[in-house]
Amino acid sequence: MRFSYYPGCTLKTTAALLENSALKAARALGIELIEQEKWQCCGAVFPLAALEIAPFLSSVRSLAAAKDTGEKLVTICAACYHVLKRANHVMKTDRDVCTKANNYLQLPEQYRGGTEVIHYLELLRDEVGFPTLARKVKKPLTGRKIAAFYGCLLLRPPAVMQFDNAENPSIMEDFLHALGAAAVDYPYRTECCGVYLSVQNEEIVAEMVAKIINSALSHGAEAIVDACPLCHYNLLELQKKTPQGKSTLPVYYFTELLEEALDLKDKVEEKMAF
Amino acid sequence: MKRIGVFVCWCGTNIANTVNIEAVTEAAGKMPGVVYAGNYKYMCSEIGQSKIKSAIIREKLDRFVVASCSPRMHESTFRKTAAAAGLNPYLVEIANIREHCSWVHKNKGEATAKAIALIRAAVAKAARDKELWATQIPVEHRALVIGGGIGGIQAALDIADAGFEVDLVERTPSIGGHMAQLDKTFPTLDCSACILTPKMGEAASHPKITLYTYSEVEKVDGYVGNFEATIRKKARSVDLEKCTGCGICWEKCPSRVKSEFDEALSMRKAIYIPFPQAVPNVPVIDRASCRWFTREKCGICRKTCPAGAVNFDQEDEVLQKKYGAIVVATGFDVLDLDDFGEYSYGKHPDVLTSLEFERILNSSGPTGGRLLRPSNQSPPKNVVFIQCVGSRDKSRGKPYCSKICCMYSAKHVILFKEKYPEAQAYVFYIDIRTAGKDFEEFHRRAVEEYGALYLKGSAGKVFPDGDKLLVKGVDSLSGHALEIEADMVVLATAIKAKSDAPQLARLLGISTDTHAFFMEAHPKLRPVEAHTAGIFLAGACQGPKDIPETVSQASGAAAKAIVLLSKENLLSDPCVSEVNESLCTGCLACIKVCPYSAITEKTIEEKIHGKALQRRVAEVNVALCQGCGSCTVSCRPGAVNLKGFTNEQIMAEVDAICL
Repeated sequence: MRFSYYPGCTLKTTAALLENSALKAARALGIELIEQEKWQCCGAVFPLAALEIAPFLSSVRSLAAAKDTGEKLVTICAACYHVLKRANHVMKTDRDVCTKANNYLQLPEQYRGGTEVIHYLELLRDEVGFPTLARKVKKPLTGRKIAAFYGCLLLRPPAVMQFDNAENPSIMEDFLHALGAAAVDYPYRTECCGVYLSVQNEEIVAEMVAKIINSALSHGAEAIVDACPLCHYNLLELQKKTPQGKSTLPVYYFTELLEEALDLKDKVEEKMAF
Repeated sequence: MKRIGVFVCWCGTNIANTVNIEAVTEAAGKMPGVVYAGNYKYMCSEIGQSKIKSAIIREKLDRFVVASCSPRMHESTFRKTAAAAGLNPYLVEIANIREHCSWVHKNKGEATAKAIALIRAAVAKAARDKELWATQIPVEHRALVIGGGIGGIQAALDIADAGFEVDLVERTPSIGGHMAQLDKTFPTLDCSACILTPKMGEAASHPKITLYTYSEVEKVDGYVGNFEATIRKKARSVDLEKCTGCGICWEKCPSRVKSEFDEALSMRKAIYIPFPQAVPNVPVIDRASCRWFTREKCGICRKTCPAGAVNFDQEDEVLQKKYGAIVVATGFDVLDLDDFGEYSYGKHPDVLTSLEFERILNSSGPTGGRLLRPSNQSPPKNVVFIQCVGSRDKSRGKPYCSKICCMYSAKHVILFKEKYPEAQAYVFYIDIRTAGKDFEEFHRRAVEEYGALYLKGSAGKVFPDGDKLLVKGVDSLSGHALEIEADMVVLATAIKAKSDAPQLARLLGISTDTHAFFMEAHPKLRPVEAHTAGIFLAGACQGPKDIPETVSQASGAAAKAIVLLSKENLLSDPCVSEVNESLCTGCLACIKVCPYSAITEKTIEEKIHGKALQRRVAEVNVALCQGCGSCTVSCRPGAVNLKGFTNEQIMAEVDAICL
């Protein structure tokens, strides 16, 4: 299985842990993720200014490049996934923006939204399949009670993202079950983590994070798992600034658990040392 | 030479603002055959009509064209005008320069040119109009009412009281409909059962009304005054005559299934009556869940029935009945909440639809009227009511207002607070719509006397938190995001058309709107009639309605049906097909396309070169023909013509437009 892969800036810096574990697991599962040669920052936020065309261009370049290879475009970062998928939707449905973007980029061939953008979780669910994944698990996470946190970027707006049922998603719980863990159902799993507000007003985000963490705890979670670098940062760092004043719940990227369950954690890291 | 008159209507400013009336009148005056052209502000008014009449006499007109609104609106008005002035009413043509022209165009020059073209076409057709004469058709003096809710019951009683026989067909085992499920009714809080059950009893005992419960209309043929309906009486498996309604059978029955009447909040037996006041008070065996029918075991109901009324061998009965008029009163469904996952409906037992809440309030409901949380049977302290769940929601629900939710939510608040004066009710709303007699006062009582907290805004999420429900929403007036710990959440779920309404519409030959509600013939002036003559509408099958409105519409529909049934004969529309036998080749393609089975074959004898030859031709039964014109286009030699719309006339219109 071969896919184009768009990493994004965060995965090369603060969220290197997410990329490393994801790539390791992919190799172990026999998935080739070919990093695009010239990728640029997706912009991190989907541009909503209707008349502004420039913020779309970096996304369109990557989408068009993936189309040339004929491969699906995989992202691991939830924000990149969100921006690329929505930019692609605009290219597919808004003729005006599509024409302008094509005129601007002067690509060898017109791009009209033909690439399929998929998230690493979708790759596991739809390409590998959770039952197959379950069979490949070497060290099942049996007995671990883990709460999945979705955040907003993967799910909303539902009509465009079509990632999972926006109100009652199940992909992360299904993933946890495949790894042998017990998924904890709790009400805050699709709430907002506070996003960039953590830069401007930590107090508000700390309050939001506290609600998420406490809800997960009160439903018996021993750890929380997420798929987004920003959610991860807020849940991890702002948890320290909650009224309790200390971390009460470990926070993992979903790929860290995957790495652990596939038994890649230490051994592979040694071998991989270049 | 024909003497044609043209009368151009301004329709106030409706036409005159977009179409240059003087220019149109002048152009019409020069059209071939036109000897007079005039205009007036309101041609349909008394003065307008008398202008037409005097012009007919003064100018010796032998036919005329009115350029005005759609013929649906006033064709019959102007035909009567013609008749009053001594002209055959079928020598009148309408040029629709309102709906087809002024209403849909902005540019006055273009609209004027189009109006002239439309009048030219109508003049060309009028020149070829022939006198037509309506024939008399007898009326079957019986009515069919489909749907046994409050609308159907009221319509049936009114028609029966006027002395006509009525068959009331209800799909479920009992009449009563949604109203039977309700506890109290707004704005007076009188008990629903107390005002409904006497009417149900009256309908059952009325000498002119025959109830067909657990029955469905399968097919309707015929036309106004002479409908023929096929009714399937589903096998009840219990003899209606023998059963005394003693109840031993359903006490003994071992199969338990969710009760439809209780919105699945309680269990019923496989042999059951839907509710204690059911009419008829005779049970039905639900064969899909009966042990006898699924496993050929049990049979305890038959063994224990003291009247020997249980009959497993009973079969569906199919009846053919004739009717002069049909009233459709099939009611509504509530929206399916599958797409509204954020409210945790179906995930938590304390999140209820309003109809479920109504059952819990009802003293004959699953809890005997004790209002307790379904999850733990404890009294609720905080109840959150969320309005417009699926209503006024273009993205996932219905764009329209369901009309009754503001009022029944206020009622629910009052009934809840009557039981628990110390408790708190919260209501999330978009707008409060209480346009009805004593409605606003009722709503204010909920706020002022009962202290309900009305929050203008939406609730975005409901989720279980411990043994409570956490409701997250926004109060848009204060701008605060709210979190309310609730014991119960009640969702005012949108009303929608019955899921099989489109099928019934096809069966009856009536139309539905975009939301599958049945269409009235005119939203203002003919609100209780369907487009198809002889079919009338009552209640929520035509759009969301409360009880007072449903009852008024039902009486209105009944009055219209009575007008029809009290006639000995109806005048048939003479615009029917006729066959030119000399051109007919006898291919009979017309028989295949006729939706009314109005065409048959016959053999005629002709003398050709002195020899008598027999050949086959088509023949139209004018009583059955509805003038749809399908046969005229299927006829290859052009032998079939629709009177009043002959091929020659249509071609003349096309030529005149293309001029």
